[in-house]
Amino acid sequence: MKYIYYPGCSLESTGISYDRSTRAVCRVLGLEMEDLEDWNCCGSTAYFAIDELLSLCFSGRNLALAEGQGGDLVAPCSACYTVLHKTNRYLKDYPDVRAKVGTALAAGGLSYHGGTKVRHLAEVILNDVGLEAIASRVQRNLHGLKVATYYGCQLVRPDVGFDHPEFPQSLGTLVEALGGEAVKFPLMSRCCGGGLIMSEEQIALGLLNKLLRSATDNGAQVMIAACPLCHLNLDAYQGKVNRKFGAQYNLPVLYFTQLIGLALGIDPQALGLDKNIIPATELLAAYV
Amino acid sequence: MASASIEEKIERGAGLATADGGEPKAEYGFLEEVRSIPGGEGVDLCIQCGTCTGSCPNANEMDHTPRELIAMIRAGMRDQVLSSNSMWYCASCYLCTVRCPRGVKYTDLMYVLKNLAWQSKMAKRGNRPLAMARSFVDVLNRFGRVHEATMLGVYYFRTNPLTALPLAPIGIGLLTHGRLPLFPHRIKNQAQLQTIVRKAQELGGISQ
Repeated sequence: MKYIYYPGCSLESTGISYDRSTRAVCRVLGLEMEDLEDWNCCGSTAYFAIDELLSLCFSGRNLALAEGQGGDLVAPCSACYTVLHKTNRYLKDYPDVRAKVGTALAAGGLSYHGGTKVRHLAEVILNDVGLEAIASRVQRNLHGLKVATYYGCQLVRPDVGFDHPEFPQSLGTLVEALGGEAVKFPLMSRCCGGGLIMSEEQIALGLLNKLLRSATDNGAQVMIAACPLCHLNLDAYQGKVNRKFGAQYNLPVLYFTQLIGLALGIDPQALGLDKNIIPATELLAAYV
Repeated sequence: MASASIEEKIERGAGLATADGGEPKAEYGFLEEVRSIPGGEGVDLCIQCGTCTGSCPNANEMDHTPRELIAMIRAGMRDQVLSSNSMWYCASCYLCTVRCPRGVKYTDLMYVLKNLAWQSKMAKRGNRPLAMARSFVDVLNRFGRVHEATMLGVYYFRTNPLTALPLAPIGIGLLTHGRLPLFPHRIKNQAQLQTIVRKAQELGGISQ
């Protein structure tokens, strides 16, 4: 199986530790990822808000480039994943849209025939590598670590069938394979506010407060995420949530790849653990 | 009361409402417009059960709840729908979409409404999610990839530069942790992307 890696813009900036930990973990797990050559932004939710056709063309360029390279397109960012997926869906369901996107891509010397399968990194690691193979490589058992598994929205919704859209289990089984404990976390797939953090911060902070309270009330010592925007909101804005709601959250938020990497014995620096705003070093000292 | 009169207009049915309370517009015109756009056809399926509203994390912030919004589309209330804040508070969490018993892809519909509101210049002044989306698009068209620092600069210039101040601690935190690059990453074949964008712009949008 050939995998084409589509990091997405966030993994070059706010989510740089997701990129580092993904590359490090894939190396150890034997997942060979080839970068998508000269990828562009997927368009994200914001471009779709302004002009859906242009947004589909942005996404379509990536799908066409990936089709040329040949292989499954793997996105670690849930927003990229959903947008690329949605583009495939629209091109399949709406012939007129397919014709227009085709015309635009042709002007740039590209063509897309609908052959690029879009997958989320978490799904690839869980299904293609599998829990047994991961567990067999564990060097530092995460015994005693209580983890809130946060899926966010777009990893499990709208229609991708990777896990249950409201009460998914896969990251929980992953945590257990690493030796840790997945705590009860009823809001595991509720919204973090997404991009509204930039424009309607007060609304997003309210949603973040609910998530952080649900996780900490259930005894979580750490939260894992599978999306750079979820991570940014929960990590970088946690202080603001504390100030707004008079709370004292101090919950480190890791990418699920960082947690796997720790258990596999990868150096924390190589996993980008030093880049957290809410530091995880003290908590995880026992495991490194 | 504005909300009472909207309820009343929904009761009275399609084609009777205009923003200024004046003469009825073409009946079902807005409904036809929405349903003709990919992603908008779901309005026909709705049974007004309110599952979408009950599921939406931001329904309480909206001028009109998701359920009400579909009723208003069917009632031809173009101006009220497109000038409302409802779709701009949709965070694309897709909970309504997976829960809808009729299979309405509501998140897709929200994008249809955002596009219509922006393109027909109906969105209200001071709409921050729209300003953010426009700033995002400006940066993408220029670099092909997101650059947060440029995007935020454009956004705060466009809205209110003073509101950027409370964000400074977060920006500094990200900067000192190597998570906020000062310079943009550009794609190599920007010419190709721009040719595609220009061509797409000639094609008149997603609707038929």
